[in-house]
Amino acid sequence: MLEVRNLEVVYDDVMLVLRGVSLRVPEGSVVALLGANGAGKTTLLRALSGLLDVHDGVVTKGSVTLDGEPIHGLRPAQVVRRGISQVMEGRRILAELTVEENLRVGAHTAPRALAANLDRVYGLFPVLRSRRRSVSGYLSGGEQQMLALGRALMAGPRYLLLDEPSLGLAPALVRQIKDLVVEINKQGVTVLLVEQNARMALSIAAHGYVLETGKVVMDRPAAELLSDEDIREFYLGLGAEGAAKSFREVKHYKRRKRWLS
Amino acid sequence: MIETLIRGLGNGSVYALLALGFVIIYKATRVISFAQPSFMIAGAVAVSYLAEITGFYLAVVLAALLVAGVALVIERIAIRPMIGRPVFVIAIISLGVDVVVRVVANGFIGTDVRQVGDPWGFSLVTLGGVTIQQRWIAMFVAAAVLVGLLFLFFRHTRYGLAMRAAAFDQETALAQGVSVGMVFALSWGLAGGLAAIAGTFVGTGQGVDQLTWIIALKALPAIIVGGLDSLGGAVIGGLAIGVVESLAQSYQGDVAPWLGQNFAVVTPYVVMLVVLLVRPYGLFGTPEVERV
Ligand SMILES: Nc1ncnc2c1ncn2[C@@H]1O[C@H](COP(=O)(O)OP(=O)(O)O)[C@@H](O)[C@H]1O
Ligand SMILES: [Mg+2]
Repeated sequence: MLEVRNLEVVYDDVMLVLRGVSLRVPEGSVVALLGANGAGKTTLLRALSGLLDVHDGVVTKGSVTLDGEPIHGLRPAQVVRRGISQVMEGRRILAELTVEENLRVGAHTAPRALAANLDRVYGLFPVLRSRRRSVSGYLSGGEQQMLALGRALMAGPRYLLLDEPSLGLAPALVRQIKDLVVEINKQGVTVLLVEQNARMALSIAAHGYVLETGKVVMDRPAAELLSDEDIREFYLGLGAEGAAKSFREVKHYKRRKRWLS
Repeated sequence: MIETLIRGLGNGSVYALLALGFVIIYKATRVISFAQPSFMIAGAVAVSYLAEITGFYLAVVLAALLVAGVALVIERIAIRPMIGRPVFVIAIISLGVDVVVRVVANGFIGTDVRQVGDPWGFSLVTLGGVTIQQRWIAMFVAAAVLVGLLFLFFRHTRYGLAMRAAAFDQETALAQGVSVGMVFALSWGLAGGLAAIAGTFVGTGQGVDQLTWIIALKALPAIIVGGLDSLGGAVIGGLAIGVVESLAQSYQGDVAPWLGQNFAVVTPYVVMLVVLLVRPYGLFGTPEVERV
């Protein structure tokens, strides 16, 4: 179990971005973390993976524990070695390297399992096998997302942190990525899925959290979130009449919500 | 003519090895290290002592490892704590490192010329009617082997790939579990080892004295010509500088006597200026690389 308790994160000594976030990712599950741009989703993942440091961020309160052991404050390499891999927002392909070189970089902490993990990744993503010698910068967006997923799997993680894997992909590709995440989860990898595409995320998650300006404002089983009117309206962009709402209405809604709480 | 070219390629190989060290450090850490001349001299001096005990070839290997180790330690104690400071501050610190290491190395050189104990000296060999110094061939072959090994290292080994990943995108490398500190250390170690071997070849025939380090400065025009962030560029740049310099030594007196007697000495810098005017980021460099 990966557990975040009452976490506070500050950037540049002054910007309080996470304000007491708590979240649990039980082993074997898919958990969705939803929220608008700037809510703090990426920051939360950085706190889990040890990448806060790179961004001048620090955990000022609370804890992150893996099976009860605190892991916040560990360096990224140590976190990876404990079985937690992050796929960063924007895929972050090493564009000058070939597909297979990218995968081998992903295997940095698990050199002994290189051959086995390569087989497994190529099995999941046959397109990567056929393009293994291509310079990865020439891959399409969908292929790059698969490469990013595959690269993270090369470390043989128990937990996978995915930051907006559907971002910028056409609907058919979003479905494909969704199916792949389900398959990866079936193979025994626990997934924390950060998404703005709430519908996609909730359709495969057991549990969902909604983050708003650094706070968890909702924490429910995914099925409940999917049927919740407010969620349907303001996070799935689907009103009763099925039309997408404007950004202004969403903001107004949030303000109202703040007054009420 | 062919003799001139081969001399140029020989000397150019030395510049290329030094330039490779600069570029490796730059790519890994985004810092220009000015400590390369001192590592070059330290290598030559180490060989000059070790060769008496172990023979020349083993001495070269041991000296490269020794200087790589010294460079690694220096990176850890003098450079790493400065990470995050402005790049020029770190460059200045590397200059300080250079001075300190050279003072120590000079202590071992003394006031004489020290021979590195190489098997070639100034011996000649005649191939197909061309008479050339054996050491020029040795330099070129040694550099070619090292460049080949580096290629294999960066292409196929776990640490080589980690270095390329970190050079391209440090955060992504970190997210894959690469230790960036390890990459920094390795880059200094490699640069130190390459410089040590370059120094040994500078010392073949003529030996080393307290002023030999100045030769290492020619690696700067080589990296400017090749591009600060291109390994291939460092090799081509080094060879080009060597060849141009050698051509100037042989022919400038006849072709352009009005340039004076020692013009060959400044040709590397002239080439550098010309390249800077046409392609400010070097022949193989990335345009957005900042100059220091
Ligand atoms: N490196 C940083 N330094 C300062 N502020 C940051 C940094 N990264 C993100 N932020 C701020 O933190 C807030 C949350 O950002 P982020 O975690 O990226 O949100 P999300 O991923 O949900 O879009 C935003 O207001 C953003 O501007
Ligand atoms: Mg984000």
